[in-house]
Amino acid sequence: MEKPVNYGGGDLHLEATELRLGLPGSDGHEKQSSASVKNNKRTSTEAMTEESRSKSNSNVSDGRNGNPDGDPPTKAQVVGWPPIRSYRRNSFQPKKTEIDGAGMYVKVSLDGAPYLRKVDLKVYKSYPDLLKALESMFKLTIGQYSEREGYNGSEYAPTYEDKDGDWMLVGDVPWDMFISSCKRLRIMKASEARGLGCL
Amino acid sequence: MDPKGKGSPDASGLARVGSTFPDEVMQIVLALLNSHRDRSSVSLVCKNWYDAERFSRTHVFIGNCYSVSPEIVTRRFPNIRKVTLKGKPRFADFNLVPPNWGADIRSWLLVFAARNLCLEELRLKRMTVSDESLKFLSLSFPNFKALSLLHCDGFSTDGLAAIATHCMNLAELDIQENDINDKSGSWLSCFPENFSSLEVLNFANLRNEVNFEALDRLVSRCKSLKVLKVNKNISAEQLKRLLVHAPQLTELGTGTFLQDLTSCQYSELESAFNKCKNLKTLSGLSEVTALHLTPLYPACTNLIFLNLSYSALKDVQLAKLLVRCPCLRRLWVLETVGDKGLEAVGSNCPMLEDLRVFPADTFEDIAHGVTESGFVSVSYGCPRLRYVLYFCQQMTNAAVATIVHNCPNFTHFRLCIMNPCQPDYQTNEPMDKAFCAVVKTCAKLQRLAVSGLLTDVTFESIGRYAKSLKTLSVAFAGSSDWGMQCVLGGCPKLRKLEIRDCPFGNAALLSGFKKYDSLRSLWMSDCKVTMNGCRLLAKERPWLNVEVMKEEGSNESRANKVYVYRSVAGPRRDAPPFVLTL
Repeated sequence: MEKPVNYGGGDLHLEATELRLGLPGSDGHEKQSSASVKNNKRTSTEAMTEESRSKSNSNVSDGRNGNPDGDPPTKAQVVGWPPIRSYRRNSFQPKKTEIDGAGMYVKVSLDGAPYLRKVDLKVYKSYPDLLKALESMFKLTIGQYSEREGYNGSEYAPTYEDKDGDWMLVGDVPWDMFISSCKRLRIMKASEARGLGCL
Repeated sequence: MDPKGKGSPDASGLARVGSTFPDEVMQIVLALLNSHRDRSSVSLVCKNWYDAERFSRTHVFIGNCYSVSPEIVTRRFPNIRKVTLKGKPRFADFNLVPPNWGADIRSWLLVFAARNLCLEELRLKRMTVSDESLKFLSLSFPNFKALSLLHCDGFSTDGLAAIATHCMNLAELDIQENDINDKSGSWLSCFPENFSSLEVLNFANLRNEVNFEALDRLVSRCKSLKVLKVNKNISAEQLKRLLVHAPQLTELGTGTFLQDLTSCQYSELESAFNKCKNLKTLSGLSEVTALHLTPLYPACTNLIFLNLSYSALKDVQLAKLLVRCPCLRRLWVLETVGDKGLEAVGSNCPMLEDLRVFPADTFEDIAHGVTESGFVSVSYGCPRLRYVLYFCQQMTNAAVATIVHNCPNFTHFRLCIMNPCQPDYQTNEPMDKAFCAVVKTCAKLQRLAVSGLLTDVTFESIGRYAKSLKTLSVAFAGSSDWGMQCVLGGCPKLRKLEIRDCPFGNAALLSGFKKYDSLRSLWMSDCKVTMNGCRLLAKERPWLNVEVMKEEGSNESRANKVYVYRSVAGPRRDAPPFVLTL
C-alpha cells in the first residue's frame, strides 16, 4: 500500500492558515475550528444540565470560528483537553482563579495615562456604580450609556476585553454576565469608540 | 491449588476423564479458581465443565455493560454474589459523551432482584445510578455488603442515606470522584447506632459537612475499619480524634490538613499518627503547607502508596516527606513539585513502581510545571517503574528514549504533552521517535497513551512492536488512514482503542472490521469517519453494535462520535434519541 505523505517538521498546517468562510468542520484538517463550533453547542447543552461541567467548560469552550492564525488548537480551546476529569478540575478552580468568588481584580487602562490601575469588580453592584468609581478614579466623565448610541456625548467610553479576547463596549450585557467575562478594562477616547457605538 | 488460578486444569489431559469426574468435586475444585480468564478457559472444555463452572461462579466482571444483558448473565450464572460493571466509554470523563447517554444500573438491579440473586457486592464505574436505584438496592438484597461507585453520576446524598439506613451488613461504602448531587451531610447520621460492620468508608468526594460526632461514634464502634477517607470538612483536630479510635487503619484519607494547632494539639496529632503502624496508603492532604506535614512523619515508615494529587506541594516539602517513606511503591503528585521535586523522587524512592504527575491548573500556562528533565531524573532513580501517567508542558524524543532505556519494564505508559500537536521542543521534530522507543523497548506494555505531534510512523511502530498492548489512547495525532490501519493490522492483544481528533476516516475504520470482534470497544470522535462508512461496517459485521452520536447542527453525513463494540445482547433498547445504532 502506498504510504501517504507525512507531515514534515516545518510547515504543517497550510490549509489551516487559509481564511475560510465555509462552515467549520467541512474539512477534517481544521480540527481546531470544528472543535470550537462544537464547543459552543456542547456548552449550551451541558450548561443546562450540569453546573459543575459548565464551569469547567466555560473557560475552554469559547472557541473562535476560523482562527486565522491557523495554530493547532491550544489546550484552552478544546473540550475535554487536557484529559482531566471534571472532578479534578473543579477541585482546583475555586482556589486558583476564584471565578465568581470574592475579589475580582481587573486592570484598568486609560488611553494616554502613564500607568494602569486595578479595580475589584466584586465591590460594585451595577454599571452606574462602576462607572462612577472609574470617573472618580481617573478624574474624567463617562456620561450616559444608551443601547443605540453607546457613550456618545462624552469624552470617554469604557470598554473591556472579554474571555474570548474581544473588545466590547461596557454596558451591553447584563451586569452578572459582564463581571464573569470581563478580563480587563480600557477607557478609550470617545472619538475612537465612536465606531463601536454606531454598530 | 493456587487461588490465583495458576493451577488451571490441563484441558487436553483431563477432558478424557471429564465425564467421569463427579460434579460435586469439580465444583469444590472450581471454587478455588478466581481468575476470570481461567474460568473462561475452563468453561470452554466441555459441557460438564461449562455447567460446573457456571454454578460455582460467584464473581462476574463485565467491562462493557452493553455487551451483555442482565438476563443472559443471571441465566448463565445463577449464584453470583459480586458484580463489577463498567458503563460509559472512557472519554465520557472528559465531557465527550452527552448526558443521558445510558449505562443505567436500574435494569440490572431489577433483574437481579427478580432472579433472587444473593447480591453482596456491587462495583460500578461510569454508570448512571439514581437515588431510586440505590434505595431499591438497599431494600432488595439483605446480605448486601459492599458498594463502590467510581466516576458514576445521577445520584444524590439521599441515595447514600438509603444505603446507610437499610444495609444492615454493609462493610464497604466507597464513593469516589462521582458527579453527585451533594445535598447535605446528613446521610452519615443514618447509620444505626448499633451498626458496626464497616470496614471501608470513603466519602472524600463529598463536600458537605457530616455530623462529626456521628462519624466519631461510627469509627469507634467499627472495630474492623481498615479504610477511612474523609472529606475536606474534617479538620486536623477532628482527624486526630478519629485516629485515636482507629489505629488499625491501613488506608487513610485526611481532610483539610491546614491547621493552627497549639503545641499540645500538635504533639497529640503526631502521637496519634505514631500509633498507626499499619498505614499503607495515605491520601487527601488538601491545603497543606510544609509545617503541617510533620505530624505525619511517624506514620510514613510503612507507606506504600502516597496520593498527593490534591496537595499543591512544592519540591522542598515533597523531598522532606519522601525521605520518611522508604517503602514507597506508588506516588501521585501535582506538577507543582516541579522537576526538582521529581529529582527528589528519583533520589528517595528506589522501590517506586507507579508515578502519576497531574496538572495543577489547566487553564493557565504556568512556568513551574514539569518538563522532560523531571521524568528523566525519576527514571534514573526508579528502575522498577512500570506505571506512569505524566502531564507536562514539553518533551523531547531523546528524553523518552533515555527514560525507557532506564525503565524497560513499563506496563502502562501514559504521556500527555498538554499542547496538542506539540513537537519535540528542541529539535522541532515530531515525537515519533519517542513512542517508537517505548514500544520497541517495553515488551510488556499493556497500556499506551500518546501525545504531541505524531505522524503515521508512530502507529506503524505500535502496530509492529506492541505485542502485549491492550489499551491505546490517541488524540490529535497521525497523518492519514494508514496510521490507524497499522494499529488495527498489528497489536494482537488489543482490547480498547479510543481515538479523538485524528485524520482517520472510513478506510481506516473499515480496515479493522475483523479486528473489532476481539476488541471490547472502539471510540472515534472528531475524526473523518462518515455515516456511510459506519453503515458499511454495520452491514459487514451485523453482530457489532455500531453507534453514532448525533449533535444538533452538525454536518449530516459526518459521523462525529462513533462507538463500536461487540455484544451478545443485540442493539441497545434504551438508547436516547441522539444515539443511532446502525
